[in-house]
Amino acid sequence: MNTHQRTNWRGYAFIAPATIYLVIFSLLPIVFAGYMSLHRWHLLKPDKPFVGLANFQTLAADPFFRNAVFNSFVYAIASVPLGVVTSLAVALLVTRRLRGVGVFRTLFYIPGICSQVAISMVWIWILLPETGLINYCVGKVNGWIAGAGLADSGLIPTTTNFLQEPGWAMAALVAMSLWIGLGPRMIIFVAGLQNISEELYEAASLDGCTGAKSFWHITLPQLAPTTLFVTVTTTIAAFQLFTPVYMMTKGGPQRTTDVVLYHIYKEAWQKFELGMASAQSYVLFAMIVLIAAVQLWLMRGGLATEEAR
Amino acid sequence: MSAVGHPVRRCVGRSLLYLALVVITVTTVLPFVWMFFTSLHHKDAQLPTIDNLFTPEGGYHFGNYEYVLTFGELPVWRFAVNSCVVTCGVVVFQLTLCSLAAYGFARLRFRGRDAVFFVFLLTMMIPAQVLVVPLFAIVRNFGWLDTYWGLIIPYPYLSTAFGTFLLRQFFLTVPRSLDDAARLDGCGDLRIFWHVILPSAKPALATVGAFAFIWTWTDFYWPLLASSSTTMRTLEVGLSVFSDAYAGTMWALQMTAATIVLIPVLIFFLGMQRFFVRGIVQSGIKG
Repeated sequence: MNTHQRTNWRGYAFIAPATIYLVIFSLLPIVFAGYMSLHRWHLLKPDKPFVGLANFQTLAADPFFRNAVFNSFVYAIASVPLGVVTSLAVALLVTRRLRGVGVFRTLFYIPGICSQVAISMVWIWILLPETGLINYCVGKVNGWIAGAGLADSGLIPTTTNFLQEPGWAMAALVAMSLWIGLGPRMIIFVAGLQNISEELYEAASLDGCTGAKSFWHITLPQLAPTTLFVTVTTTIAAFQLFTPVYMMTKGGPQRTTDVVLYHIYKEAWQKFELGMASAQSYVLFAMIVLIAAVQLWLMRGGLATEEAR
Repeated sequence: MSAVGHPVRRCVGRSLLYLALVVITVTTVLPFVWMFFTSLHHKDAQLPTIDNLFTPEGGYHFGNYEYVLTFGELPVWRFAVNSCVVTCGVVVFQLTLCSLAAYGFARLRFRGRDAVFFVFLLTMMIPAQVLVVPLFAIVRNFGWLDTYWGLIIPYPYLSTAFGTFLLRQFFLTVPRSLDDAARLDGCGDLRIFWHVILPSAKPALATVGAFAFIWTWTDFYWPLLASSSTTMRTLEVGLSVFSDAYAGTMWALQMTAATIVLIPVLIFFLGMQRFFVRGIVQSGIKG
């Protein structure tokens, strides 16, 4: 009891710097965003009148903001399941006992740590009409088809300007997210896979449970917490998409890639309406919390049934 | 998983696995290869295709690097210095805060400790980008806009909570007998922290520092807002200005700039890669 009393205040001293820091730069901004969202807060105007919930009412009726929310959902629904499945598949591949597999793990991780501005510049080239990597490959395929006498050349157009076509622009952003996020997600799955006890597989193989069966009955259930973690963090990240949109599409064409965070960016730093931008940030925050909660709840159901089996 | 099968089948299976690995490697690495070799083309040359990527007209040309590094309107060296100052500042600042707090949470008993730790973990759930607008207003009130203070201190992406959590987990694995021995020698908490815990937690500190380094170096949104004058831009923001200025033209120059920005990150990552993987395994993502 004596030592308990004695060390007490030192504990506060040790955690004080980090705690004060988090209060000022994490908790205070959240509260302050709420305060700002209730005002007509223009960056350059000294007068910041209280407007109550007017900002939120405007938002609810704003077709452009709704469009941004819709786009964010499209992006998340397309990129999250694909991202989780591809990185799990690659994780299974790089946990095989193969020579040199560690080198591949490192290589796959590289896009994840790179500057997204630089990566976006390279992807602009990949997606160019005619000269870009994708259209170049399409051209080659066309050539082979024509060479084999199956059809005339030019079967598939090589003039698609992916970043200027509605639909394609969003697909391009999704493809890029798969490419960037593959390594970081894969490493988490690798950690999860390595935590599964070898004995489980040995016991199951005695019962004749190997290959695909052991994947469904052992790997996937054992990996459920990891999958949940990856899914939730990937979703949160998907709703915070910004840099590729800023660099590659500026929200276009025809606002089809105008996602929420980019919309907030324009509201705050082009129109200087910080009050409105704060209201939008709150809506984004609420969306993220709600979706993460739903995912946790859904997956918890999944976990429970697996355990009951 | 023990694969016992026919040797031929095993051989074929193995080749297919390698084939898959090689295909993924090509998709992962090809854009970087293209970026680097495009930077070796003459700046006025046409956009290279795969056909002439490795054989530029007139041979490899390193003049673009000199051109970009001595570019008049965008002081690339200044951007690099800014990136270094900001990144080192964030790493030192975060490591100090996180390790002190982690020691408190891992080793000392005090009222409300677990409740405060829980709040730390909760802040990890706040999406950093949501904080940016109010943070901008707060930093503006402090008069920190367009200063190193504004770029380093309020780093909203770098979760202090993540670092604290990771270090706490590691500190818990350091044997308490080491503390007790030091305490018998008359050491106080601060000296135990400095002479016992920190030296035995070097790998964990390296992990937290490595993540902080990469996140800060490659961050775009916050330095884009917190800096406004050209002399306070970081490499990442400077690169975007460069890219905007040449939108769709001068590919060799653009890719030279991109390569210059990427090379330090790549070298750092390849040198520190084991700490990245270790950190993820250690943060105990088991549920």
